[in-house]
Amino acid sequence: MSTQAGILKVIHAVADIPNDPAPDESLFDSGTLDSFTLPDLVTGLEQEFNVKIPDADLVPERFDTVTKIEAYLNSRKN
Amino acid sequence: MSYLQAFGHYLPERIVTNPDLEQRTGRDASSIEKTSGILERRYAGEGETVADLAFAAANACLRNANLSPQDIGLILVSSGSSERTFPGPASVLARKLGLTATPAIDIPIASAGSLIGLAFAADLAPRYGNVLVVGSEIMSRRISDSDPDTSILFGDGAGAAIVSPEKGFLRIADTAIFTDGNYAEALKLDHNGAIQMKGLDVIIQASRKIPRAIEDLLTKNNLEPADVPVFLMHQANMNLIRKVATALQVPAERFFSNIARYGNTSSASLLIAASEWRAVNPAPLTTPIVLATFGAGFNWGSILLLPA
Repeated sequence: MSTQAGILKVIHAVADIPNDPAPDESLFDSGTLDSFTLPDLVTGLEQEFNVKIPDADLVPERFDTVTKIEAYLNSRKN
Repeated sequence: MSYLQAFGHYLPERIVTNPDLEQRTGRDASSIEKTSGILERRYAGEGETVADLAFAAANACLRNANLSPQDIGLILVSSGSSERTFPGPASVLARKLGLTATPAIDIPIASAGSLIGLAFAADLAPRYGNVLVVGSEIMSRRISDSDPDTSILFGDGAGAAIVSPEKGFLRIADTAIFTDGNYAEALKLDHNGAIQMKGLDVIIQASRKIPRAIEDLLTKNNLEPADVPVFLMHQANMNLIRKVATALQVPAERFFSNIARYGNTSSASLLIAASEWRAVNPAPLTTPIVLATFGAGFNWGSILLLPA
């Protein structure tokens, strides 16, 4: 599974949305994520990609779009 | 060794409902309940001060402990909404209690303040004797209707506890307090301003740090969350309380909550919740209890209470 596909899988698990968000669509502005689903998204990403996301990295802007999430996860792998 | 001897609390009479706030802020009343779990909150009367609320809670606590003010060796008052920069409400509370030489120290920390006061009291009671810990807040004067995301959350009230070096119904077995100043701007109250809160930062950090603070403390004491039937947490938001319960894999029902009736009373909320919980559970206790808070600073922490 690609990184984007894995991210979309986690997003669908934590947010009740019918379609995939566009890669650069703001997940917060669209209402896909809010202050209470963001922690679930982060936990889901940790489990899906087997990474540990430190508290200091939990900046909402970093998780605002699928593209930004992908870039962040790639930076964690490097 | 230190013990919790009694709790007490005071809530102002004036009730402010979600429809009341809908009229003031334009925020839909049903959405307030959905996003926070809050149905109503109390606002202090026009002439009431933070020290007045603290005095009422302290008196209730002293009555529950069968103590007089002269039995107190140290006063710790936590408040994030004191009317002035200094002196804070601690010295005024001491005067109201008729104490003119007893040390009375302010802890000017908002939400996590009363837990930090309890943690300090646990260490200081063997030296000073009975410690009166009070959290008192009038946050209704520190909110702006132009920021309904924040203003709908807060209410006023005061809670108190007596920490004794000799006796009590629960032993303060262990404490853990933390600060991360990287988030000092995420939740703040400037001089003569209104509370400013970056809700996303607060919730995401709280939902990670609170469960960790609880789990680490329990692990250190050879316990697990499943061993704890009662959690008393800062009443910030019902959704946050549920999220912490989920993270700890315990039923949310184990978290006592009165947020629907009082909203977020900042540093007072933990002690108000503890006082109400104790009032309906007066029997001797045989199981662990965990306290936890999180708030501006960010400051957060947990306390493990065991049967005395």
